[in-house]
Amino acid sequence: MVADRSELPGDDGPAWWDHEAGPVVRPYMVTGGRVDPGNDDFDLISHVVAIISLAAETRSPEHQSILALTQEPRSVAEVAARVDLPLGVVRVLLCDLLADGQIARYDPPDTEELPNIETLQAVIHGLRAL
Amino acid sequence: MDSVRSDAAPPQALKILVAGGFGAGKTTMVGAVSEISPLRTEEVLTTAGMDTDDTTGVDTKTTTTVAMDFGRITINPSLVLYLFGTPGQNRFWFLWDELATGALGAVVIADTRRLADSFAAIDYFEQRGTPFVIAVNCFDAEQVYTDQQVREALDIDGHVPILLCDARDRISVKNVLITLVEHVLVMVRSAVPAV
Repeated sequence: MVADRSELPGDDGPAWWDHEAGPVVRPYMVTGGRVDPGNDDFDLISHVVAIISLAAETRSPEHQSILALTQEPRSVAEVAARVDLPLGVVRVLLCDLLADGQIARYDPPDTEELPNIETLQAVIHGLRAL
Repeated sequence: MDSVRSDAAPPQALKILVAGGFGAGKTTMVGAVSEISPLRTEEVLTTAGMDTDDTTGVDTKTTTTVAMDFGRITINPSLVLYLFGTPGQNRFWFLWDELATGALGAVVIADTRRLADSFAAIDYFEQRGTPFVIAVNCFDAEQVYTDQQVREALDIDGHVPILLCDARDRISVKNVLITLVEHVLVMVRSAVPAV
């Protein structure tokens, strides 16, 4: 799945990928080439939780892995990290699971505004107690 | 048959960004306070199926990945804080937008050996109006400059907190985060009209 960069064709101009950018991969095999999760984009810190048992049939092993992970609520970022798939791929799979009624999603407040005073005080209190 | 899980609703999630130049200590800082080992999530940049292809000089099948490390702190059963290290490469600004949306605030780590590396992050948060603090990472407890010197060098407004820290040290990083949230609290309070 990981292509050796030296095999890539084209030496015109400076490459926009490099060592720091990580391996060159073809990650959208799992989604059957779909790259657009629809207008239903999941925030990185949206939480998802499975609402069906693990025995349920899913579209693919990757969907099954997500279902297993989300037996307790998890953030989208955490799901992506733990199933070791790119975020964009995980978003497509999550949309499938949502459409199939297999997960529930909880979004963070949809706002550019800062949290309210009570929440901020709770955060400060919690950090002090660490 | 399948039972709907009746656990309490997931906690409210908040996020704080940790920015700074390459090697400034972003992941180290996240790891110092996270309750889980920092996790890595990757975003793939691909030209496939995008409307805005600019494939000049790029093989159209090429994809590349950008890594973001993050950690988690459970504040209480109904409140969870995520710390996201921003991608170090400046060409991935569009990912910053996603990260910064809805963020509580940001920590910009400044390395006094390479102060200029933090300019881009400071500019970004200033323009976006994201509250931030500057954490001057002192490697080996070596502090060559005072925070006032750092403030002048970075041309930082007086109201933006600058503090020295050790990104490896849990207590030190905890103090950075508390300073940030207190800074946000001051901003929120001053924005609330007096009753």
